[in-house]
Amino acid sequence: MEHIISVLVENKFGVLARVAGLFSARGYNIESLSVAPTLDPTTSMITIVTVGDDRIIEQIMKQLNKVIEVLKVVDLTETHFLDRETALIKVHTRPEHRDEAIRLADIFRAKIVDSSPNTYTIEITGDIEKVEAMISMLKPLGIKELVRTGRIAISRETTHTGSPRREPALLKT
Amino acid sequence: MKMTGAEIFCESLRREGVKTVFGLPGGVVLKIFDVLCQQKDIDLVLTRHEQGAAHMAEGYAKATGKAGVVLVTSGPGMTNIVTGLADAYMDSVPLVAFTGQVSTDLIGNDAFQEADNVGISRPCTKHNVLVKDVNELAQTIKEAFYIATSGRPGPVLVDIPKDVSIAKAEFKYPDKVSLRGYNPTVNGNKNQVKQAADEIMKAKKPMIYVGGGAVFADAADELRELAEITQIPVTMTLMGLGSFPGTHPLSLGMLGMHGGYWTNMAMHHADLLIAVGARFDDRVTGKLSEFCPEARVIHIDIDPTSIKKTFHAHIPIVGDVKAVLRELNVILSSMDGNPAQIKTLRAPWIKQIDEWKKAHPLKYKQDDKVIKPQFVIEKLYEFTKHNAIVATDVGQHQMFAAQYFKGSKPRTWLTSGGLGTMGFGFPAAIGAQVAFPDRMVVCITSEGSFQMNLQELVVAAERKLPVKIVVLNNGVHGMVRQWQDLFYEGRYSASILGKMPDYVKLADAYGIVGLRALKPREVESVLKEGLRHKGPVLMDIHTDPYENCYPMIPAGGAHHQMMLEDPPELKLSKKGGAHKRKVDEGEGVLPA
Repeated sequence: MEHIISVLVENKFGVLARVAGLFSARGYNIESLSVAPTLDPTTSMITIVTVGDDRIIEQIMKQLNKVIEVLKVVDLTETHFLDRETALIKVHTRPEHRDEAIRLADIFRAKIVDSSPNTYTIEITGDIEKVEAMISMLKPLGIKELVRTGRIAISRETTHTGSPRREPALLKT
Repeated sequence: MKMTGAEIFCESLRREGVKTVFGLPGGVVLKIFDVLCQQKDIDLVLTRHEQGAAHMAEGYAKATGKAGVVLVTSGPGMTNIVTGLADAYMDSVPLVAFTGQVSTDLIGNDAFQEADNVGISRPCTKHNVLVKDVNELAQTIKEAFYIATSGRPGPVLVDIPKDVSIAKAEFKYPDKVSLRGYNPTVNGNKNQVKQAADEIMKAKKPMIYVGGGAVFADAADELRELAEITQIPVTMTLMGLGSFPGTHPLSLGMLGMHGGYWTNMAMHHADLLIAVGARFDDRVTGKLSEFCPEARVIHIDIDPTSIKKTFHAHIPIVGDVKAVLRELNVILSSMDGNPAQIKTLRAPWIKQIDEWKKAHPLKYKQDDKVIKPQFVIEKLYEFTKHNAIVATDVGQHQMFAAQYFKGSKPRTWLTSGGLGTMGFGFPAAIGAQVAFPDRMVVCITSEGSFQMNLQELVVAAERKLPVKIVVLNNGVHGMVRQWQDLFYEGRYSASILGKMPDYVKLADAYGIVGLRALKPREVESVLKEGLRHKGPVLMDIHTDPYENCYPMIPAGGAHHQMMLEDPPELKLSKKGGAHKRKVDEGEGVLPA
């Protein structure tokens, strides 16, 4: 099963290598990885998407916790969370496809952030299904280049003020 | 007052109570060595190879419980200690290794003797740091010692660039360490400990399985109390030997691949397993799916990653073994049942184990022509009056030593368990002897392992360290040869050592006493003479190259499927002479 793990670490050189090395040394997979400083500039947040059974995920969590510079490890999949990813997609646009590309970007609430006579570069942000769907819709037009940020995720607040009807589902854990 | 990095280094070591540093100089650490040689209270042991320094520091640390300190130069100096770091990491040995690094402005330029010390050592250290600013040096050293010795101990590497050792800073040594990402759990969860006590009282066929964690935690007294108040038999892993007296009636000796038949049978039939500071290594468990099939499992360990890593635990308790056992003993003592009752309750189980032991005890066939390795170890055990610190290398001799040398105290058994490093034993013995100059230190090794670090003989010689080296010389990589006989149809690929140095002359070349035993009747006199001698001694004892180590769980086998002796076809082959000829094809095996 897929897990999204948030790892709060000291913002020091070598920490990412240590975290990544831990995965490679034990044969665990990293599906995606994203790193950036947090509000506190002395710490960084690493978001790792990985796949494994319960035993492997338990080991990953424990091994991460064991790293001296790791401050906190949370398996977001255990809670309610939001995840987002951004992709920049450069598509070939022959004259007859330019309208279609704009239409698709519109439907997905994506933005065209760069344009040349033969290409559009589309920026899309959303959960993985949305990003994947956008990519597959654009494929027939011809994707020249694609970069993705990897997923980032954040937990939902349990005492949120959203629709009361959704409350039970959110408290399910 | 401002001090140079090198002065800060020495002063920091002094604050940490370091008396001994094992190392070898080189270009970028010249400044540190220059200041170090002026310190009257810190002894520098100059080794002849950096690997020797790392293993000496390990021996020192294992015997004392304090951090062993290594100081080497950049590049090859550092890469040469990698085996020692990996060994210490596997066996949880507290080491602080200081490596020199090229000046900060040269890092990354492929400078002379540059290596990515931090990158290379990352997977084989508990923690490592490159110190880029002399102002951070004292703090980093303080943290290094704290991390190495606390929680589950392990090696920490501190990489010091040349310019940092020369630069000056105000010296301020921190009193305390506070690391926001590191805070090992000491006390076990009370509820879990209580549950464990309940399980122990219910169990009919319980076993205590102890690993190296009990040694590092200094929990021998608590362990003994637990075993005695509950009358539960104790088995130890290779690393756990010494944590419980091998001569105690409740001791079942070592378990696992070359453990006792009775021990492994007891494991297989146990209904409760109390794992104490152990990590369910594959050499212990054999086939995991058939390991302790009937047992409920209580697992006490300071390292959460050890729990449920390979084997399930019904009651996991994360905490310091000593603290947890103490708490457990308090609860158990307050529970109903007097000692006599518990003894009666436990009697059928103990009796069953005794029967297994009587059926298949440790055994070997004494010979009047060729020396059996087991015989040498038995005699050594007898002559050292059970009171020596024993360091071993890796292979058959190590297993024989583990079987026949019944250690009685923790920190007297120094061996390379997890990594299985041939070449560990002799330098480790030197390290222990440096720590305890007045105690008897014996290195049990083999001609294969000993040749991997024999350059350190000169250290024993020049410091007159009275290490007793017993080389069980059978002219073959014994364990490899054994496996080739058992699983590779007797094809001795690279296991026969052929040309062998004359160890007595070698000892002479280094200026130490060398003795040799070729026949069984010479063993006792050589051992006695060697042990009696005041200085270092090398005893070259020529043992049977065909002897196999039993009992044995073949790789992938389960505890109840032990091999107790050579299989019939191997016996036949040995008898027919074909087997003997194969071994003797190598030159120098078994001199006439």
